[in-house]
Amino acid sequence: MSKRVALEASFAAAEAARMADVDVVAAYPITPQTHVPERLAEMVANGELDAAYIPVESEHSALSACLGSAAVGARTFTATAGQGLELMHEVLFVASSMRYPVVMTVCNRALSAPLSVWGDHSDVMATRDCGWIQVFAENNQEAFDLVLWGFRVGEDPKVLFPVMVNFDGFTLSHVTEPVILPEQSEVDRFLPKFQYPFALNPDKPMSHGAFGPPDIYAETKIAQEVALRQSMEVILQGWKEFGEIFGRYYSPVELYRTEGAKTLLLTMGSFGETARIAVDRKRDNGEAVGLISLRLFRPFPLDQFRQAVKDAETLVVFDRCISFGGPGGPVFSEVKSALYDQEKKPRVVNLIGGLGGRDMPVKDFEYVIDRGREMASEGTTQIFETVGIRGE
Amino acid sequence: MTDKLTWRDLEVGNILLKPGNASERRTGDWRTERPVVDREKCNKCGLCWLYCPDAAIKVVDDGYYEPDLYYCKGCGICAEMCPKGAIQMIEEEEK
Repeated sequence: MSKRVALEASFAAAEAARMADVDVVAAYPITPQTHVPERLAEMVANGELDAAYIPVESEHSALSACLGSAAVGARTFTATAGQGLELMHEVLFVASSMRYPVVMTVCNRALSAPLSVWGDHSDVMATRDCGWIQVFAENNQEAFDLVLWGFRVGEDPKVLFPVMVNFDGFTLSHVTEPVILPEQSEVDRFLPKFQYPFALNPDKPMSHGAFGPPDIYAETKIAQEVALRQSMEVILQGWKEFGEIFGRYYSPVELYRTEGAKTLLLTMGSFGETARIAVDRKRDNGEAVGLISLRLFRPFPLDQFRQAVKDAETLVVFDRCISFGGPGGPVFSEVKSALYDQEKKPRVVNLIGGLGGRDMPVKDFEYVIDRGREMASEGTTQIFETVGIRGE
Repeated sequence: MTDKLTWRDLEVGNILLKPGNASERRTGDWRTERPVVDREKCNKCGLCWLYCPDAAIKVVDDGYYEPDLYYCKGCGICAEMCPKGAIQMIEEEEK
């Protein structure tokens, strides 16, 4: 029997890694780190998890150690947050280019300066092009589920990409919610043993990480790009199988009350749950409003996204990050470019808020919907507007 | 070799499944200087062969040593190490 327990997202993610029977966890244990590796270290020390736990001297080393571990075919997990993700930045690209299916949770936090450990999406948005599969959890259950799913998808021989499971700093990482933990036998049914076809082995020598001069580098990058896009098939299959076993179904683009919606609000991560209540209030008021929660950010679910928004008049994109000097918030500019050449598309407007842990209560999302609709009807030329920031 | 591969031919993660494949790659094409052995001075001691970082110095039939220009990158270590001063680095333009 599965059991319902109270866990913060960090503990839920650690529990998922334990149930996935990871072989190696390499992580930097100090701020901005979360309870994910802390709990895993405890599990290893208590004999609840048979894994090598490698405490390293930085996040750069953490991910580097993970690459070595994945290269020998070990199931590998790590976790980071905020500044830590930025310190591992260069290794992120090595992981995806060398196709090592590490699973990593990122508890999304703001970036310095000023020093902040509170939540927003600045950390992950700075890694948009790192070549990982990137997903966002809305609650603690999803943090658990997506870690399990991450191993299933990333390690699939047709995929072999690292998977980044994002959940919001503090809002989820440090907040306790009920989480349903499955039976180990169900997890084992969903998640086969990791069989890496190119594991380093002295009896079968091969070269990982050869250099790429100009006459081959470009080909390697196209091969990587095509493979990441093609991973969509396994991503969807993984969620289908997950639903069949655990009864919770996921999609790249999650829809809430979008039937007949003239105005759609788009969010990523935990704010979706607050935004739902705002949508409910609008619906109660007779307004045709729906919510789109973008779960899968990479590979970007172009088809599903275009399908989801094509009948709306206005799409209000809510970003938790500023793209300094750029063409709008990062999610907004991606969404807009995904729609640019479509014949049937909504007008897209951008609001930015929730930066550095600033709370966004339901009424703020009602404002986002109202103001977004006004911006669209006014035909605003402003790239974005802000929510709850003094001095507007 | 590599210039004939398309992106479809590459292994996952660009892994090279065949070990010891360096001999298939032409590494001598960025050389600006090449070593030339003066057999009048050479006493066949073999230090150039020993020190060459790319194993590009070969023993030829009569016991002398010659660079294999398919691999030689022109680093000049052989010329530097030769106790008899029998190896001279010649600029590639001066063919």
